[in-house]
Amino acid sequence: MELMGIWIPILSIVTYVPLLGALAIVFFFPKERTGAIKTVATIVAIVDLVVSLPLWFLFERGREGYQFVEKFSWIPSLGVDYHFGIDGITLLLILLTTLVGVIAVACSYTAITERQKEYYVLLLLLQTFMIGTFCALDLFLFYVFWEVMLVPMYFLIGVWGSDRRLYAAIKFFLYTLAGSVLMLLGIIALYFYNTTGFLGYKGLGQPPTFSIEKLTAVAAGMPPELQVWLFFAFFFGFAIKVPMFPFHTWLPDAQTEAPTAGSVILAAVLLKMGTYGFVRFSLPMFPDAINTPWVRGVVVTLAIIGIVYGAMVTLVQKDMKRLIAYSSVSHLGFVMLGVFALNMAGLQGGILQMINHGISTGALFLLVGMVYERRHTRMISEYGGLARPMPIYATYFLIMALSSMGLPLLNGFIGEFAILQGAFAVSFWWAFFAATGIVLGAAYLLWLYQRVFFGEITNPANASLADLTGREQLPLVPLVLLAFWNGIYPKPMFEVLRLPAEKIVAAVGGRTLPNPALARKASPVGAETSPSREAP
Amino acid sequence: MKVSAADWFLLSPELFLTASGLLILSIAVFVEKAKEEFLAFLTLISVVITIGLVAFLSGYHGRSTPILAGMFVLDNFAIFFKLLMLLSIALTVLASIQFVGRTPYPAGEYYALLLFTGVGMLFMVSGNNLVSIYVALELMALSSYILAGYFKGEIKSTEAALKYFVLGAFSSGVLLYGLSLIYGVAGKMGLPELAKLFETQEKSNLLIVGILLILAGLLFKIAAVPFHVWTPDVYEGAPTPVTAFFSVGPKLAAYAILARIFYVAFPKFHADWGLIVAPVSAATMVFGNVAALLQTNVKRMLAYSSIAHAGYALMGVLGFRTEFGLWGILVYLLAYTFMNFGVFALVVFLETRGYAAESVSDFNGLARRNMTAAVVMLVFLLSLAGIPPTAGFIGKYYLFTAAMKAGYAWLAVIAVLMSALSLFYYFRIAAAMFFSEGEGVPLKSSYALTAAVLICAAATIVIGVAPQPFVEMLRACVIKAP
Repeated sequence: MELMGIWIPILSIVTYVPLLGALAIVFFFPKERTGAIKTVATIVAIVDLVVSLPLWFLFERGREGYQFVEKFSWIPSLGVDYHFGIDGITLLLILLTTLVGVIAVACSYTAITERQKEYYVLLLLLQTFMIGTFCALDLFLFYVFWEVMLVPMYFLIGVWGSDRRLYAAIKFFLYTLAGSVLMLLGIIALYFYNTTGFLGYKGLGQPPTFSIEKLTAVAAGMPPELQVWLFFAFFFGFAIKVPMFPFHTWLPDAQTEAPTAGSVILAAVLLKMGTYGFVRFSLPMFPDAINTPWVRGVVVTLAIIGIVYGAMVTLVQKDMKRLIAYSSVSHLGFVMLGVFALNMAGLQGGILQMINHGISTGALFLLVGMVYERRHTRMISEYGGLARPMPIYATYFLIMALSSMGLPLLNGFIGEFAILQGAFAVSFWWAFFAATGIVLGAAYLLWLYQRVFFGEITNPANASLADLTGREQLPLVPLVLLAFWNGIYPKPMFEVLRLPAEKIVAAVGGRTLPNPALARKASPVGAETSPSREAP
Repeated sequence: MKVSAADWFLLSPELFLTASGLLILSIAVFVEKAKEEFLAFLTLISVVITIGLVAFLSGYHGRSTPILAGMFVLDNFAIFFKLLMLLSIALTVLASIQFVGRTPYPAGEYYALLLFTGVGMLFMVSGNNLVSIYVALELMALSSYILAGYFKGEIKSTEAALKYFVLGAFSSGVLLYGLSLIYGVAGKMGLPELAKLFETQEKSNLLIVGILLILAGLLFKIAAVPFHVWTPDVYEGAPTPVTAFFSVGPKLAAYAILARIFYVAFPKFHADWGLIVAPVSAATMVFGNVAALLQTNVKRMLAYSSIAHAGYALMGVLGFRTEFGLWGILVYLLAYTFMNFGVFALVVFLETRGYAAESVSDFNGLARRNMTAAVVMLVFLLSLAGIPPTAGFIGKYYLFTAAMKAGYAWLAVIAVLMSALSLFYYFRIAAAMFFSEGEGVPLKSSYALTAAVLICAAATIVIGVAPQPFVEMLRACVIKAP
């Protein structure tokens, strides 16, 4: 980015501000000064959010390719570059991350009372690694951030989690690690295919590189059977992270046991890594593999099972946090279905739903955390009639629950509608099963709401619960505003997503379907929704 | 054979180290128990001077300079190993000072033996002739048997020494038998001559048997399955600084001659010995990691972990068909030396603070008692598990690429899955350090040990974050055909 003639590496700044903050806390603040540490962490998170905002305003909507690019040689022997840059997809994800960063710090003030210094250091480190993952345009660099991200999360769950934290923490780490090491082999195979060849495949003889752009082009030209192998090498890495059925079992454990901030980050950002991986890597890199009927069939089947099975398991949960965690499995199944519809509506809807899920589910975890702080239980049966002592809380919860189930005027609707539309264009049955998931979604959320908030106060402990304070509402307000903004006027979001989505759809050989949902809802202009081109 | 002045000059590090060892042995007679730290200091100084000599020599050799009429050779490859091994000895001395100081056993012999082991290793990596390699290996091995049994009053230490000696002597015999078969077939002992001869000569059964016997002898030294059984007992019984040393120093030497012999002399028969090395590598990775998973004793767990790491390294050996394999193994060994020594050095730390360091629970609550030690330990564990951005990741990355490049994709798949599995037992220690409550008393470390640990930690992180200068340097260390 140029500012008054000076080049500013804005993405690096956004990425490393939290890291610097963490180092400052480590070296300059003794652990007894908890107040000062909280203040510093808050300031750092806010500064990071503030420096990330210019990205939104300076991002050129009409320009193809990556923006704010930074590129330096890192390990020339291997052809590894320090290469940062963003497009519309990562722009949204980064902004979501910096916003969630502030919320995560803010919701920890009273919830975390032990080993606070380590806690805030880890939280800030995690943020650096997450943003780095989204910024990286070099596969090697991407992998470094992708892996190292697991470490702070492991400790956040393991130290500050609830009863079964040890089990949940190691399960989280092992599951995701097992997936990502297979991806590493995929990366190595790609690298060799581009250079000297391996396993009988003749390499292209090009200079070694890990550039995502270059390797994407290389991968797309690979023989189909190799593409299928590599697709599955990457698939495990991403599918476990999403998480797709049947790799999802780590998620309910991790999200239930994690402290509130950890759950919020997991839901809002970490899970998006998986779907982001599919969008950024799998789709454009392995079009032949994805267009192989059985491969696409497997992925879509798993996505649909995830939607329906996830929703049905959610219905029977007794623990609020666990309930919301399982609902993530269902929602992420939606995202995967949209992405693998391979058309504009599905893909844009899928990406938007990634953001929406971050907002809604993140907020729901936040809300559960607040009531947990008061009552130290998450069991639904312990509650009932909360709407009376806590009307403000009930209102926030209602808005977020509605947004999560996809009520029109709220964010969830836009994404789900676009996904359904994209799915319908491919197959009636895809859309049918997905719609079942929506119905079930409304059922579990409304039933949860009914059991927790309505009726008589059966448990005397709930009678005198204090309603939300101003400080507690503070992190909720931006999420509610975003939910409404996205629901009423999603055009700006679609605008930044259009070009990258078109590029991916074209690369994977799908059709750029028009998206009448958006034309109807979003804008009188509606220009962005017209079919721009038909892929060959 | 005439010994020229140039030979003396090029052998100066080995000669100096031998002289220092003898000197320390003789001075030790006059040094009181309470003042033995002086001996450690002397040892450290002589190692540092030797490092200086090797570094000095690195400017004075051609691509590969023969010494003593080709019995030894000095090239970048040898220089790299010599520097790394001397560094590991220096680290061992730093880690030993307090540990040896609190025992009733005389320190002079300990340090002298350490230096003699070092002399053997220095000769070994320069060895360019089957006989000189064998003699150097025996010097190293005999000194290290005694080091293992240095706590002669303790049953475990004696048992370790005995096991190490009996099995070690047996494996040396196997190796020697293999060498004699090669000599019988080829009529030559020098590695370059053998390489030249094999360019034209077809393989014979006798030759293959000879190669496999040499392989078996060396696989014993690097503790690969099924030649690994001595490792857990020896690592558990030997004094812990010695264990730390064993897990890196002699292994470096063994890998070096494995590379010398198989990369220089036998690359043509890759298909034959590869047939053995590939399953051995797979078995070593699987067995090492699974066995480590089942261990609760930390030293034994780390012993199995080093076995597993030998399995990863064998993927590099398989890659010897191309330059990439050797390069990969060098990068890996550089990383391995620091992270594995570091992890054992922290066990030494706990032991000098009165813990048996036998069960994982001895690490309980270390984060509260000494945050730096806990964080540094975490760095080593992450590195051993191959999590970026640490040296261990870079090392493993090179090995995985070597395996893929050599056509062993299935081995690479096993390796990555096992490496993910390894996190489970490494992080048992991490969980104990950070999640469990321990005694609240702060633990302080001695300066020497702190220095050793911090050097390892710094290297582990620097190599991980900025690998470029290191990997480029190591690319220059790959053996060139003479």
